[in-house]
Amino acid sequence: MNVNNKYSKIQRISGLWCLVALFTILLTACSADETQTVATFTNLVMEDNFDVEGRPDASIWGYDIGTGVNGWGNQELQYYTSRPENVTVENGVLLITAQQEAFENSQYTSARLLTKDLFEQQYGRFEARIRLPYGQGIWPAFWMLGADIDENPWPGAGEIDIMEYRGQNPTVLIGSVHGPGYSGGQAISKEYVLENDRFDTGFHVFGIEWGPEYINYYVDDVLYNQITPEDVTGTWVFNKPFYILMNLAVGGTFVGSPNAETQFPQSMIVDYVRVYEQ
Amino acid sequence: MKNKNYISLRSVLFLCLGIVVLSGCERDFSDDVEFATFPANGDVFIDAFSAGLDYFPFVDAGADPEAFSVATDDNVFMGSAAMRFDVPAFGNGFVGAAFNTTVNRDLSSFDALTFYAKASQAASINAIGFGISAETSNKFQVTLNNLAVSTRWEKYVIPIPDASKLVNETGMFWLAEGASFEGDEGGYILWLDEVQFEKLGTVAQPNPAIFAGAELVEQAFTGSNIPITGLTQTFNLDNGVNQTVTVAPSYFDFSSTDENVALVSELGEISIVGEGTSTISAILGNVRANGSLEVTSNGALQTAPEPTTPAANVKSIFSDAYTNDTASNFSPGFGGSTTEVSVTSTSGGDVLAYTNNNFTGIIFENTVDASGLTFMHVDVYVQEAGTEVGIQIRDIGANLTLETDVNTGLPTGDDADRRFDLTGLTVGQWTSFDIALDGDIASQKNNLGALILTGGPNFIFDNIYFYTE
Repeated sequence: MNVNNKYSKIQRISGLWCLVALFTILLTACSADETQTVATFTNLVMEDNFDVEGRPDASIWGYDIGTGVNGWGNQELQYYTSRPENVTVENGVLLITAQQEAFENSQYTSARLLTKDLFEQQYGRFEARIRLPYGQGIWPAFWMLGADIDENPWPGAGEIDIMEYRGQNPTVLIGSVHGPGYSGGQAISKEYVLENDRFDTGFHVFGIEWGPEYINYYVDDVLYNQITPEDVTGTWVFNKPFYILMNLAVGGTFVGSPNAETQFPQSMIVDYVRVYEQ
Repeated sequence: MKNKNYISLRSVLFLCLGIVVLSGCERDFSDDVEFATFPANGDVFIDAFSAGLDYFPFVDAGADPEAFSVATDDNVFMGSAAMRFDVPAFGNGFVGAAFNTTVNRDLSSFDALTFYAKASQAASINAIGFGISAETSNKFQVTLNNLAVSTRWEKYVIPIPDASKLVNETGMFWLAEGASFEGDEGGYILWLDEVQFEKLGTVAQPNPAIFAGAELVEQAFTGSNIPITGLTQTFNLDNGVNQTVTVAPSYFDFSSTDENVALVSELGEISIVGEGTSTISAILGNVRANGSLEVTSNGALQTAPEPTTPAANVKSIFSDAYTNDTASNFSPGFGGSTTEVSVTSTSGGDVLAYTNNNFTGIIFENTVDASGLTFMHVDVYVQEAGTEVGIQIRDIGANLTLETDVNTGLPTGDDADRRFDLTGLTVGQWTSFDIALDGDIASQKNNLGALILTGGPNFIFDNIYFYTE
């Protein structure tokens, strides 16, 4: 009952907001800047533009190797390596590439980069400019985990998924948080559908702006979600440092297996990763 | 007068250009600004025929011209009208028509033909697409085969293989659907609505193919021609589906690594012009197509032995030495047949070249009365050791109908045949056979109607004729 009341209130408020926004747009329709403000933190504290050919910057990026436990908890099919076939910097971009090849009892190889113990931060604006791969069973992600995960296992440590995407849905972005009581299938999540465009045909900026009691999700110039403690069905675990991960998974429960039409290799192409604070 | 108008229009355009440059806007005129262009109208049938659109049923091919109507009842997806096609039951013709415009359209800014469809029963539309155009001999035809439709309105997308080719198009839409055998779906209604070309922006990841994506290696003779088959374009759609369409050759740019060996025409016909090896490949919309053909010619095909039987004793089917007794259909298109056949011109006259044969036939347009004849002659040439070819000389009986048990391949009804295997063939030379008209057709050979050919898979025939000594 309470929940219902709250919901309708939010509805009414957002309805009012739309009306206000409409008037504003009508009044300012001829002004130069019609771009939505999606982020306000501008103090750059970390960036990797992937301008040095070869290995990614070892002072920022480490690797997860292998298959983890049960395919990294999701029955994923790939074996993660740090070989150049799976991760390399070329022509100003980072290439994370999934290959179809027999390797250490897996049928696919790929890579997962992470900044654990190298770069961790509480709050801030985290964004990356990425061109995504495509095809059934292809699962790229740009995400974060609570830096205390070794002492405070998942989902207690918390997870912020800035970008997840299923290769079989090339227009759909998914942004989520996972925490105690709201993990896996119960994650707090929102999909954003790109209109008249796709995520695998050009670069898009995927980001969050994260502060005390809120995480704002944006893609390009669109702010498409805000998650606050009121939205999660458990403890808010996002008032502590997190580290960044980028990976390209193949198969698993979230996307299903690749099929005969899935083309390999598939690359997730990262132009930059940037972190700002307020 | 017209000319004057044109010049003044030009100066207006020039003035506009000046203003644009001065105001520093980033929107530029294209280089093509002075060329005439056709309107970029993507509408085909929204609530009525779009501007200039007309209905051209394939009446000559047996289509029912009454099958199409405009629905204004409850069976409309959006607006006030939809296209309605009444698909006849088996034996009563089919739905087949092109919808073309008298006003040419520029479709280069679109990426797909889209429409909503539903049917009175679940069905599979045999062929649907665009680019049927008499003026260009269907140069830019696109076909989506076996499109499954349901009893609910759903949106369908037929991607344009390379829209830059469609600057001057009249063939907006076509379809062919009917019951092709007893028991095939028919006697139902198909509705289409909101048929239009659109810029979806989500038609991506082009993956064209020639030769169905196969990397072929073949021998050929100088002077012969080989058609490029299996031409498709595949796009990934926003729902993750890889949608493949069959594409006319002119969408592709073909190339030959050695033009002293092989040339490729815009219509996808390879001409072998000299000895050597050349690889044929293709590009569609700046993307390299999967599939290729490495063709090697060791020179011209030697001429088959010259027939010596007097013409008075011969009823010929295929030979440069005799006048044909009847015209024949060399590509009967039997269901399930993989055979490609071409009448190939060589310096020694025409030959019949069969590739990838499983079974095919030569269907005589008029039956041959071989009552007074005793043999059939055929010359065969093979390039692969172990090649054997089966011939069935078929008498189709008094009802003049080819009747075959589709399960066993044996003649039924009043048909009879004589079967013979061409074996012991020597690679690289012609072998001649004289097959006695005996066995099951010994006393029934007055209505010879067909030769059924099995095996191979690759062989060349010449001098096929019936005769008596």
